[in-house]
Amino acid sequence: MKKVAIVLFVILFVAHHDFWFWDDKSLAFGVIPIGLAYHGFFSLAAATLWLFCSLFAWPKEIEAWADEGDDPAPVPAPASPPQASASKADASAPNDNQPPA
Amino acid sequence: MEHLTTLLIIIGYFGVLIGLGIVSKMFFRGSSADYFVISRSVGSFLLLMSVFGTTMTGFALVGSTGEAYELGIGAYGLMASWSGLIHSAVFFAVGIRLWAAGKKYGYVTQCEYFRDRFQAPGIAYLLFPILVLLLIPYLLVGVIAAGRFLQATTSGMFEGEFFEVMLPNGNPSPLSGGLPPWIGGLIISCIVLFYIFFGGLRGAVWANTLQTLVFMVTGVIAFYVISTKLGGLEGAAKALADSPASDRMVREGHYGHLHFFSYFLIPLSVGMFPHLFQHWLTAKSAKTFRLTVVAHPIFIMIVWLPCILIGIWAAAQLGSIKIGDRARDDDQKFVHQRPGDRRCSAPCRRTRVLAAIMSSLDSQFMCLGTMFTNDIVVRLFGKDRFTDGQKVMIARCFIVAIVAVTFGCAAYLMGGNRSNSVFALGVWCFSGFAALFPITFAAVYWRRATKWGVYASILVTAAVWGVLFYRDIFAAGGSDGEHEKLIFGMMPVAIIFASSALAMWLVSLITKPPSDEVVAKFFPTKP
Repeated sequence: MKKVAIVLFVILFVAHHDFWFWDDKSLAFGVIPIGLAYHGFFSLAAATLWLFCSLFAWPKEIEAWADEGDDPAPVPAPASPPQASASKADASAPNDNQPPA
Repeated sequence: MEHLTTLLIIIGYFGVLIGLGIVSKMFFRGSSADYFVISRSVGSFLLLMSVFGTTMTGFALVGSTGEAYELGIGAYGLMASWSGLIHSAVFFAVGIRLWAAGKKYGYVTQCEYFRDRFQAPGIAYLLFPILVLLLIPYLLVGVIAAGRFLQATTSGMFEGEFFEVMLPNGNPSPLSGGLPPWIGGLIISCIVLFYIFFGGLRGAVWANTLQTLVFMVTGVIAFYVISTKLGGLEGAAKALADSPASDRMVREGHYGHLHFFSYFLIPLSVGMFPHLFQHWLTAKSAKTFRLTVVAHPIFIMIVWLPCILIGIWAAAQLGSIKIGDRARDDDQKFVHQRPGDRRCSAPCRRTRVLAAIMSSLDSQFMCLGTMFTNDIVVRLFGKDRFTDGQKVMIARCFIVAIVAVTFGCAAYLMGGNRSNSVFALGVWCFSGFAALFPITFAAVYWRRATKWGVYASILVTAAVWGVLFYRDIFAAGGSDGEHEKLIFGMMPVAIIFASSALAMWLVSLITKPPSDEVVAKFFPTKP
């Protein structure tokens, strides 16, 4: 599915350059210039692409990797090591980010 | 009456922001992780609103209408629809991976991540000043624009020589009787400082959420009122089609094909914005990103489409201008002359622009304080030198200092009527951040990337950016500063980006690859 997502992205990337509406003054639905309407739909198509990616090409392995805890392989640090302990504490922190009523 | 209504709305809005600052202080747990990244506990909705609010600046909201007024519908494709595709692509392909590394190893700044990823202890000392230099024009634009908006909003309310503004011809300006812009800038700076000083990034995220809701809802209301007064969508469109400004309905004559295409590089800047990096790290889980990734293009459309339509309708209603003339001082032009019911649309429009300005300012101030504390002070004195409480205090002190310096610079620029030159820097800052994007991309996808490749990329970016910036701003002998000069029909960012990527690639290939341990630490799966 990730390959399908990449192909869809490339198609959308190319479709952004709508040279066929470049000098078309007609109105879509009688209210909006056709070139602008096309790009409005392009935004919706982009959202649909990302919905597809979220449902079918989500990087689950990254999420699992982040939840594993620290990397077991020690790295010779050239500088101070990162604050690994903080990350575990943060990960387990309860959600207190709701705005006040 | 219209101004008084706007002023009351804005005062109430400021009161709510101060209230949010007080309440977010009550939620503060006292740890530096809570102050800098809200203990990585932000849910989907708040992440969407804070990321979107931070991305949408007042510069974009005002500039989009002005750009459409002058150059037509192409402004949407150039900036909005490219951003809808590319921003979400960066959030999805890069943001989630950076969040994962941040969560796993406890990073709170970009430099911390790059330092470990590339085993480059000194990278912060090179990258920090560059990121600060690229952010400063944004901060200045925010404070100056906020000051100008408060001046326009309060015009005619005060009497006395102190509030008088004269035009070059000696007549009183319509802005006379308004708060001088430096006072407005001071008020905005103090309010933003209040809620980030006490609430940290939590205060900024809550405020961003409110600000995003405000500028989206007021935008829709203003658009409805204006379109209704113009005879509805159909009437406004017909008036445009029949007017001499009907060329605003197409891109022919306004944008070249390569210009239009190469603009896709500009939105890549979100991959290098330090304040967005910090917002990503606040996410509770990777799934939290889903709503942001999907809804971001739709939110951009909701905000930008009305701005573009109002811009092209205004060209029909107010009379066309020659290509090359700028529709600057949009506020004056559109607020005072735009058709429609100003009693409703002007307060809405002013409040939304102010909200958009403030939603970017707070995150930028906050991220500068975070970077200074973690990348400079803690690095210089050692991570065990300071307690958590001391780190928070250092960040707060630096934020106060940077707000004071920003305000001082903005007041100086506003005082001498030199502020227009700052607006010219906007797209150049985007270009600088976008040109550094290959570093972020290589960090998460290219195992062979080396620290020397990163250094080369940064230095080449600085050099090429500097040369092109000089050519555009200084060598041009006082350019109008509004449009960057194209190179072979392309945005200058194309050249800077290509140089940066090439330097990263070539130098990484000829230098010693990173150790297997480093690769294993940062790449969880096989390629």
